[in-house]
Amino acid sequence: MSLSTVEVVSTEAPAETPGVGGIEGRSPLRLVLARLRTDRVALASIGVLVLIVLLALGAPLISAITGHSPTVTNVDNGTDANGQPLPPGTGGFLLGTDNLGRDILVRIAYGARISLLVGVLATAIATVVGVVVGLFAGYFGGWLDSILARLMDVVLSFPYVLFAIVLVSVFGASLPLVILVIAFFSFAAIGRIVRGQALSQREKEYVEAAHSLGAGNLRIMFVDILPNLVAPVIVLATLLIPAAIIFEATLSFLGLGVGPPTASWGNMLSDAEGVGFQAWWFYIFPMLFLLATTLAFNLLGDAVRDALDPRTERIFAGRRKKKKPA
Amino acid sequence: MLDVVPSPAPAAGGEHLLRAEGIVKHFPIKEGIFFKHQVGSVKAVDGVSLEVRRGETLGLVGETGCGKSTLARCIMRLFPLTAGHLTFDGADLSTLSRSQMRPYRRGMQMIFQDPYGSLNSRRRVGSIIGDPLAIHNIAKGAERKKMVQGFMEVVGLNPEHYNRFPAEFSGGQRQRIGVARALALRPKLIVCDEPVSALDVSIQAQIINLLEDLQGEFGLTYLFIAHNLSVVQHVSDRVAVMYLGKIVEVAEVKDLYGTPRHPYTNALLSASVVADPDKARSRDRIILTGDVPSPINPPSGCRFHTRCPKAQAICSTEEPILKSGAGDSASHLAACHFPVADGEKIASGKATILHAVEGFLAEAPK
Amino acid sequence: MTRFLIRRVVMGLVTLWVIITLVFILYYARPGVDPGRELAGRAVTPALLAQINKEYGFDQPVIVQYWHYLERLAPIPGHFNLGTSNTNRLPVTTIIAQAVPIDLSLAAGAAVIWMILGISVGVLAARRPRSIWDRGATVFVLTGVSMPTFILGLLLLYALYYLLTIHGIAIFPKPGSWTPFTQNPLEWAHDLLLPWITLALITAATYSRLTRSSLLETLGEDYIRTARAKGLSERRVVYRHALRSSLTPIVTQFGIDLATVLGGAIITESIFGLPGLGLAVVQAIQVQNLPVVIGIVLVASFFVVAANIVVDALYAVLDPRVRLS
Repeated sequence: MSLSTVEVVSTEAPAETPGVGGIEGRSPLRLVLARLRTDRVALASIGVLVLIVLLALGAPLISAITGHSPTVTNVDNGTDANGQPLPPGTGGFLLGTDNLGRDILVRIAYGARISLLVGVLATAIATVVGVVVGLFAGYFGGWLDSILARLMDVVLSFPYVLFAIVLVSVFGASLPLVILVIAFFSFAAIGRIVRGQALSQREKEYVEAAHSLGAGNLRIMFVDILPNLVAPVIVLATLLIPAAIIFEATLSFLGLGVGPPTASWGNMLSDAEGVGFQAWWFYIFPMLFLLATTLAFNLLGDAVRDALDPRTERIFAGRRKKKKPA
Repeated sequence: MLDVVPSPAPAAGGEHLLRAEGIVKHFPIKEGIFFKHQVGSVKAVDGVSLEVRRGETLGLVGETGCGKSTLARCIMRLFPLTAGHLTFDGADLSTLSRSQMRPYRRGMQMIFQDPYGSLNSRRRVGSIIGDPLAIHNIAKGAERKKMVQGFMEVVGLNPEHYNRFPAEFSGGQRQRIGVARALALRPKLIVCDEPVSALDVSIQAQIINLLEDLQGEFGLTYLFIAHNLSVVQHVSDRVAVMYLGKIVEVAEVKDLYGTPRHPYTNALLSASVVADPDKARSRDRIILTGDVPSPINPPSGCRFHTRCPKAQAICSTEEPILKSGAGDSASHLAACHFPVADGEKIASGKATILHAVEGFLAEAPK
Repeated sequence: MTRFLIRRVVMGLVTLWVIITLVFILYYARPGVDPGRELAGRAVTPALLAQINKEYGFDQPVIVQYWHYLERLAPIPGHFNLGTSNTNRLPVTTIIAQAVPIDLSLAAGAAVIWMILGISVGVLAARRPRSIWDRGATVFVLTGVSMPTFILGLLLLYALYYLLTIHGIAIFPKPGSWTPFTQNPLEWAHDLLLPWITLALITAATYSRLTRSSLLETLGEDYIRTARAKGLSERRVVYRHALRSSLTPIVTQFGIDLATVLGGAIITESIFGLPGLGLAVVQAIQVQNLPVVIGIVLVASFFVVAANIVVDALYAVLDPRVRLS
């Protein structure tokens, strides 16, 4: 799980043959969406993610329907005679219980909230900061670029798992801290790409043209250059989300993330480790949901990257033809 | 509809719209491990003075690397000037900062060479042309759109293509977009940096005709930069020739093409395309020896002396100044110690390899 | 080339210094926190506090403390002193020295596996794009990238250790076993097998993807087309010509990954109970055993920074274009 190896291909909007498609120009966004619609894997991933989001949103509902709380210890009803967790299907627990008698289904639903929240929010923060830092560094160059680029290099070369653990242990584990820590270690990945793009776009003639019109620096950065980097940034961000989710799960597993009694897929798994392998449901279900989520995001990210890459037009054209019989 | 754009302030500063005096632009070359220090400089423009009269088209020609594009950008104040004075419409623009320059940008605009690179491929055409209106707060919303569509029509584009992307247009159409963008602020001066060099020949003619029509309609003054001499001859009133960062000759177009005084101008003209094959065969080709010297280390004295067929001792020590020769009109200036007289043949002035080989072959036993 | 190296080394030193200073600030100089009191714990009396402050130098101004701190880290014999562990009074250097062989063993075995696996899958996928091999490789990559290390570790333990052992096939040892290489090589490998597989599978996924894209890009170059046009067999084209240039990013990535594992594969060691640097640092953090934490963080950072320098130099050697930047 190395952030620096997430690959991004430099992409440009696919060229459109003149005169085709009517008067309204088809924006890159519309083209991407059209292509994604033909990609079955992408659609499946989106479907899975929608389900998980619904699960997360509906967590209180699930808790109310089953009558089980995600955090309240429930040893009397929830464990067997030896204090061991109940297997799925017994006593109204659809997926079984954990070592403290809590309903695993309910906990997984609440865990989904944590994972999605951390994943999306940390990535969003990292993206905004990375884009701003990268834009300023790449566009202005000079000493500002030297400082910012060095800063990003330093952050990227930290042994970040170790450092994240250090930070979390020093300040105490809490949800906002976990989000900030993950965002901090991710922003450099985006910043580096954005900086590279800004550096190359800065030399283009349309930037010179904007200068000659009297445009100010901020306008050029955000109105002219930024649209040219939306594509690689979106791909990278989509691929950073699962990395962030994994990061959070790992931290929670080590006891340095979200703490008890809050449910997180990571700390559920660390509790499970303590119980032993007999209670397989305690392991397998959180694992499955975690893997489903990260897999779906990764597949979606790859699909978005393919959709943005003009070189794959042949594949999409083929698919479109298949859908419309002569 | 086009009158809605407020016309720029009435003329000040007299007959000359633009006056450049002693423009110098040096680019520093830096080296160093951590902190770079300057070790030399590229002397792209090294003391250029010229004037552009209102309403005229001044052509600027020269080889690649002579500094004409840099000069254009100096005039547009896209760089700070290393030295020199720049007066536009009576106002001194020499040392203004970027924000101070902004209001003056409405008076001068630029058309770029590359129809593909000079437009932001991620923005719609309407947004590109309307950009100057947005930057200078001239109009908003529907009013701006109407203005932009007006300009599109003027340059020969279909105003319904307002929402298209540049990729959906051909090269010639993209250049028209560039022209519309330059026009949007109703400037007085338009600097055209090789506007047709990247286009097919048939399209070149269309764009040139468009520029000429617009000049009449909008009262524009052009600084037209190119390396194609025939095109420059067609559009210009006066022409200036540049070599290695300096102007070597400037004259009315018929004087320059009829009686060029500077040896370099003669060489350029002798290499340009002539339609009549008989004439082409019979004329003398002046072939210059050597390569264009590096602008980092330009030759001493007259910069052209290393390649000049007429060079003599004084040429390597004393730099000639632009002055009009005896018998020429006052507007015909050349920077040469030994200007080419009428009818003078300089092709045989200095032996070149070609001549040596021809001579050798002529003497060989048949 | 030397200028390039000098720049990289200085950058590395700066990075190291930043990390060192950050650690210092985090642990000793955070506003509002009294390190002496933290160390003393709950049973703090004024006398104990004064004693601790004296012993650790907390009563001195921050700048002085910082200076002493830097002094102790300078690699000069006589000055270099990482202190002693709070829990067992062993010198930190000893603790580190005891843990390093485990990380070395872990890194060595896993590296061999992930390189062989990753590169061969990548080459296979690049040679037959869009075939079933390519799709299989994509699945492999996707799984590896989507799976947290600890989950794979748990899964492997569950499937290969627990399930098998219950049914009487006790191939794999229980977590926590560790035999030094010098004692019994076979046993050593046996104990490390599951950790190796865990670490290697996940890392191999990244290398597959890297190899595949790097090789595909090289195979698209004109000089490869020339080689094919000359009549060379595909095998020769791929292995003798294309692979060489596409290995550059792989080599550089390898350096960094190796250094990271050497500095402590925290998760793998935690799950399999291997007493390496990773497990040591996690345990130390949980009880606020500062000297050990700082010592290991510094060692790990040093490995990563050094690896970055070596890797950059290697890249410059392999790809001359880099030297000119």
